[in-house]
Amino acid sequence: MKTQDIRPIRDGYGNALLKLGEINPNVLVLDADLSTSTRTNWFAEKFPKRFIDVGIAEQNMVDIAAGLSLEGKIPFVTTYGVFVCGRAFDQLRNTVCYSQLNVKVVGSHGGISVGADGGSHQAIEDIALMRILPHMTVVVPCDHFQAYKATMKIAELKGPAYLRLAREATEAITDENSNFEIGKAQIITEGDDCAIFFAGTIGAEVMKAFELLHDKNIFPTIINMHTIKPIDKECIIKYAKKFGKLMTVEEHLQAGGLGSAIAEVLVEEYPAKVKMLAIYDRFGESGQPDVLLDAFGLSAEKICVQVEDYIKE
Amino acid sequence: MEKITEIALLKKKAEEIRYDIVGMIAEAGSGHPGGSLSGADIGTILFFNEMNFNPDKPDWDDRDRFILSKGHAAPLLYALLANAGYFERSELKSLRKYKSRLQGHPASYMLPGVEVSTGSLGQGLSISCGIALAGKLNNKDFRVYTLLGDGELDEGQVWEAAMFASHKKLDNLCAIVDRNRLQIDGDTEKVMVLEPLQAKWDAFGWHIILIDGHNISEILSAFKEFHTVKDKPTVILARTVKGKGVSFMENKAGWHGKAPNKDELKLALKEIKARMDA
Repeated sequence: MKTQDIRPIRDGYGNALLKLGEINPNVLVLDADLSTSTRTNWFAEKFPKRFIDVGIAEQNMVDIAAGLSLEGKIPFVTTYGVFVCGRAFDQLRNTVCYSQLNVKVVGSHGGISVGADGGSHQAIEDIALMRILPHMTVVVPCDHFQAYKATMKIAELKGPAYLRLAREATEAITDENSNFEIGKAQIITEGDDCAIFFAGTIGAEVMKAFELLHDKNIFPTIINMHTIKPIDKECIIKYAKKFGKLMTVEEHLQAGGLGSAIAEVLVEEYPAKVKMLAIYDRFGESGQPDVLLDAFGLSAEKICVQVEDYIKE
Repeated sequence: MEKITEIALLKKKAEEIRYDIVGMIAEAGSGHPGGSLSGADIGTILFFNEMNFNPDKPDWDDRDRFILSKGHAAPLLYALLANAGYFERSELKSLRKYKSRLQGHPASYMLPGVEVSTGSLGQGLSISCGIALAGKLNNKDFRVYTLLGDGELDEGQVWEAAMFASHKKLDNLCAIVDRNRLQIDGDTEKVMVLEPLQAKWDAFGWHIILIDGHNISEILSAFKEFHTVKDKPTVILARTVKGKGVSFMENKAGWHGKAPNKDELKLALKEIKARMDA
């Protein structure tokens, strides 16, 4: 067992921006008055002329980025996921995606694990909103290592991309050397009892659940579906064929999230049952992150129970 | 692009633009004549006198940028682009038809010369801010021109952009407000009061120029004045007449988004033609 590495995924983003700042003069960073929270302040300190704080004006921020991208810049617009995807949705739809612009959208504070700030600040519909947009790539890294790699990769990509981050420090489940490719699912572990797909920092809970299941002689295959769009169809179909059914875990609404994206593939290509551990038609609320995850059935213990039941079905 | 400097010739060109606007909307059977006609004189001077660009090289780095924030005035933009040589005038007939590059509202990924897609109001000034800022960062001398509708100023985002532009001292940015005083639901002052409009832009830190948006020499000197302004963005508040140049469309909110029928088209073209030949 490797040593624990617990850091906020935002740090991976902040570090990647610093690297991009050095290697690519076209990279600019925009924030809407949340730079200390989103870690864009690291970039701002080092590259003040390439950092633009627009104040609390998300719609303006997205369209300013659109204008910058038209001139060959690679703007990273950053704020809480709930604000950039919700409040600036029309700007992302009608300007960025419709014109196919090279704007990178980074939504921090995804999921209920945001905690105490409550439902108004917890993005639980951002993946749904972003993945329905034509031309948009959607990436949900699982830890700070992967957030670093994902940031570097979306910078290279031509076209709009959404990167979802989270607030809490969570245990790393990948490392510096693990492979990351946009659109290619990452198999964390192969087991013969079932397949569990997850996206995002909830992976830390899934891996804790894996340990608990291990003690009960249950060995799941665990797949990190870090790219929601374009989705790795081949991987989904492969495991649906192997197990006849799949399970998904995500800190997002069941409607339109990872499970939903996987189900869309399956109903067309290889009909199979999908058990979705997600948030069902409700908003989040205040509480300690671990308390909330448990209350929403997304803690390691709750995931473990669900997997046991699911295998018996 | 050779520039037209003579006022009489610019006037004539504006009428040619009007002729194309009315013709293509009638052919399409739908579209927005009112706001296309009210911006025709300003647009003509931008494209045939003020801006530097090359229709053979739409992506030329040093070109001046034009953003049609009021995207529903697409027929105006298409008439300007075609007459400037971006594409054949015959293509104007394809407006709003299936597979046409001339979408109901401008789509930049389809048509060279359209800088960015617009249609959802209130976004063009923010986009222009981004372009103008990039121009400064890249040490470029190009200027950015944005045509806004007055009804469009109801959108809060316009004022976010207005704050940003003056904060960043974007003196390479010129917004033009097509102040025709009508929006779909009627008089702008009855739908959502905009006045005192000058005081609003002043409070947001802009250099303001007031003109008659159909007076060629006033438009020309407004742009000359814009060139001299330092450390501030410029807004030209242009008093215009919605539907200008077609007598039965003038000052009628009903002609915001309606195509003329055959008889109306005949009448409209006759009026415009008379001024072209004058």
